[in-house]
Amino acid sequence: MKTTKVIDSESFRRTVNRLAHEVVERKKGTENLVIVGIRTRGEHLARRLAKKIEEIEGKEVQVGILDITLYRDDLRGRLDQPQLKSTEILFDVTGKEVVLVDDVLFTGRTIRSALNALTDLGRPALIELLVLVDRGHRELPIKADFIGKSVPTSLKQEIRVLMTEIDHEDAVVLLETEGDGKESGQ
Amino acid sequence: MKLLLKGGRLLDPVSNRDEVVDIQITDGRIDRIAASVSAPQGYKQVDLKGKIVAPGLIDIHVHLREPGFEHKETIETGCASAAAGGFTAVCCMPNTNPAIDDESVARYVHAKGKSVCDGIVDVYPIGAATKGRKGTELSPMAELAQAGAVGFSDDGAPIASAEIMRRALEYSSMYGVPVIQHAEEPTLTQGGCMNEGTTATRLGMPGIPPIAEELMVARDIILLRYTPAARYHVAHISTKGALDTVRAAKAEGLNVTCEVAPHHFALSEEAVAGFDTSTKMNPPLRTRMDILALKAGLKDGTIDVIATDHAPHTIDEKEVEYTQAPFGIVGLETCVGLCLSELIGNGVLTLMQMIDKLSTKPRAILSLPAILMKEGEPANITIIDPGLEWVVDKEAFKSKSKNTPFHGVRLKGKAIGIINNGKSTIG
Amino acid sequence: MKLKSRHLLGLDGVSKEELTLILDTAASFREILDRPIKKVPPLQGKTVVNLFFESSTRTRISFELAERRLSADVVNFASSGSSVSKGETLKDTARNIEAMKIDMVVIRHSAPGSAHFLTRVLDANIINAGDGWHEHPTQGLLDMYTLREKFGTLEGLRVCIVGDITHSRVARSNIFGLITMGAHVSICGPTTLIPRDMEHLGVKVYHRLEDVIPEVDAFNVLRIQLERQASGLFPSLREYHRFFGLTKEKVAAARKPITIMHPGPINRDVELSADLADGEHSVILQQVTNGVAIRMAVLYLLGTTN
Repeated sequence: MKTTKVIDSESFRRTVNRLAHEVVERKKGTENLVIVGIRTRGEHLARRLAKKIEEIEGKEVQVGILDITLYRDDLRGRLDQPQLKSTEILFDVTGKEVVLVDDVLFTGRTIRSALNALTDLGRPALIELLVLVDRGHRELPIKADFIGKSVPTSLKQEIRVLMTEIDHEDAVVLLETEGDGKESGQ
Repeated sequence: MKLLLKGGRLLDPVSNRDEVVDIQITDGRIDRIAASVSAPQGYKQVDLKGKIVAPGLIDIHVHLREPGFEHKETIETGCASAAAGGFTAVCCMPNTNPAIDDESVARYVHAKGKSVCDGIVDVYPIGAATKGRKGTELSPMAELAQAGAVGFSDDGAPIASAEIMRRALEYSSMYGVPVIQHAEEPTLTQGGCMNEGTTATRLGMPGIPPIAEELMVARDIILLRYTPAARYHVAHISTKGALDTVRAAKAEGLNVTCEVAPHHFALSEEAVAGFDTSTKMNPPLRTRMDILALKAGLKDGTIDVIATDHAPHTIDEKEVEYTQAPFGIVGLETCVGLCLSELIGNGVLTLMQMIDKLSTKPRAILSLPAILMKEGEPANITIIDPGLEWVVDKEAFKSKSKNTPFHGVRLKGKAIGIINNGKSTIG
Repeated sequence: MKLKSRHLLGLDGVSKEELTLILDTAASFREILDRPIKKVPPLQGKTVVNLFFESSTRTRISFELAERRLSADVVNFASSGSSVSKGETLKDTARNIEAMKIDMVVIRHSAPGSAHFLTRVLDANIINAGDGWHEHPTQGLLDMYTLREKFGTLEGLRVCIVGDITHSRVARSNIFGLITMGAHVSICGPTTLIPRDMEHLGVKVYHRLEDVIPEVDAFNVLRIQLERQASGLFPSLREYHRFFGLTKEKVAAARKPITIMHPGPINRDVELSADLADGEHSVILQQVTNGVAIRMAVLYLLGTTN
């Protein structure tokens, strides 16, 4: 299988830093700001962003973790059942300005699930979307507000985000696959 | 009918003969038995190389359900099932409606047997021991015996009262007809639907304790000792304890005999685990230890007879909650296969002993004339292929009912034909 | 990882991995129960029928809540006032209900094996909500969940089930599940209410509470039914309470406090004294809350696989 490194560990770090700055800049501070990561890699990305923002602003930012399993629209079609994990959002989202974080934006279905899950928890004042990679091929009218890198892809390609919290390095790689890449779209 | 059975292995417990012979049969009678018979004109020759030629088998414990429960089985379908299973005779239990507790019903059943399936299967009624099988008043045993009843039993229910059992033994002894007991102490089995033990405990199922059978057999043996002229036969014995009691009584010289049903040595209580109602029968499937004891009892002769307790029930009756289902399974068409698969070749029985327990011994217990495999005698024969491997298919049963736990089971050995009363199912 | 069977008929034969999956999944649902909006969508469009041939208000309500919180459509069927009283068989009743396009059936019935029976006549996923004396798997699971929540692990935990074991599906499901998870299970009750060969299931049998009190971390106290007295299995409730009823005085003999569970409904001051039932070591109400989470987990795991 042919693989191409789209982002290496050094530019991974810079991209996260830049995204943190963009959030702070556009939000004009951290007042009312919370960051919610979608399991699994969105969670780790959210924590890194929060840490960076705290460094920049010197104020603590609350982080929540969203498990969207119950909201997936392909829950019943799958052969392997996804492991249900807990949503860990220990603050009330009502009235908050939420930055929803995921690693890759693809069909948009995951984000749709996440928006439903999030709004079942309360009524945020604003929800914005931050992704590390936007690879195109949307199936729903969803777009990201903060993008680390746009990577044009074909459906035969797969984007994989690696993070040291769970993988051996920080990187984004592009893989050539045989099938329709949309199987792993959510 | 002109038949020449070529090269079959004759196994005859009466004469203790075991040899490969040709048998020439003319119009239902054995003409010649010799090492080699060349066929005269017009005789149909049947090659029986590797097959067993045995005196006709009899199943002395069958529920034909007629009259009264013809939706489960009729005398005709029951006889067809018997013929398919290799039996030339059956004894039918009296739990019909009306019960076989008077001579008109006994005569009806006996006569009906002659009129179905070309009369190839002899039907011998077993009379009720008490009126209406209620266990309170003796049935007219003398009249029943005269009408053809070969034994007395309230099967399905025990003769529970010690007093009535005593009188039944005394009265039947005048006619030399055995009392056949469904041995179960009813106060110990209320609501029970499987053997009491580990599996019932695991499944949360109300149990039938083995001691219910053992207690009744022990009580009856004490009564028998008091009325020594009587003859007592234990139906479908299923526990080690009951068997030990019978063994001791036999050693003492009492007139006691007993039978075992194939399912009791082929399956243990663990078969109930999936709650399949085709594993529900009374007595229930017991433990592996009991199976070992039953096989030992067959081997040492404590168990005289193998009988099926063929108990047809419809699908609708059986496809209910386990506790609600009626007891019993069909057995005629799987009996020979189960005996050959479970008892032969592993040191339990020889083929000769197996034939003895399926033909010669049960006929002797019920005082039926012995089948003589001799020239000039009527041909009453079962032909068995001991090597035939087959898979039990309940849909292929001739019986009206399909309630068997052996569906899909691979067996080795099968009866392939019978000859009786001038009729034949072979060739 | 998913469950091997598409039905939950009992805990007998369910592996440690599967039990852990159910308990872990329930932990996720337990979090949802504390949210302001307790409803999630995974069973949207699925229809579940609660087929209750025995009255049981709390189990039915717990199942119904679980089903509704997973967004399933729910139909309730109770035997009273239904065709069952007109002599319809279980098979016909079940088939008729399935003909109305049901996806999952939760059954409570007095006959052991009735849930197994339904798997042979229906295509729906079957969940056993109690079949006679046999099993009540979701109760067993919620008891295990409650113990795991309290003690952190079930491995090596010493649990004693007290009371009428013979007629108890709760006891059986607890025994099978807890033993698989590595707990040490004992039972304590009068000899007439303990079935034969109980030791073969891997439990230790006691007949005196004072013998077992120093040996346990938790008691699961079963409801004693008065009708057992009528059938001659024990002489009187007074005698039962005196020798097998758990009281504060009796458990005071333990070195450390013993956790008290009860599947409900409680006969107060018969099998369990009121002060213990309401005391600080009672987890009886947690059991009820956890019951909803466990049932959500089971419904979710069975309802979202093919």
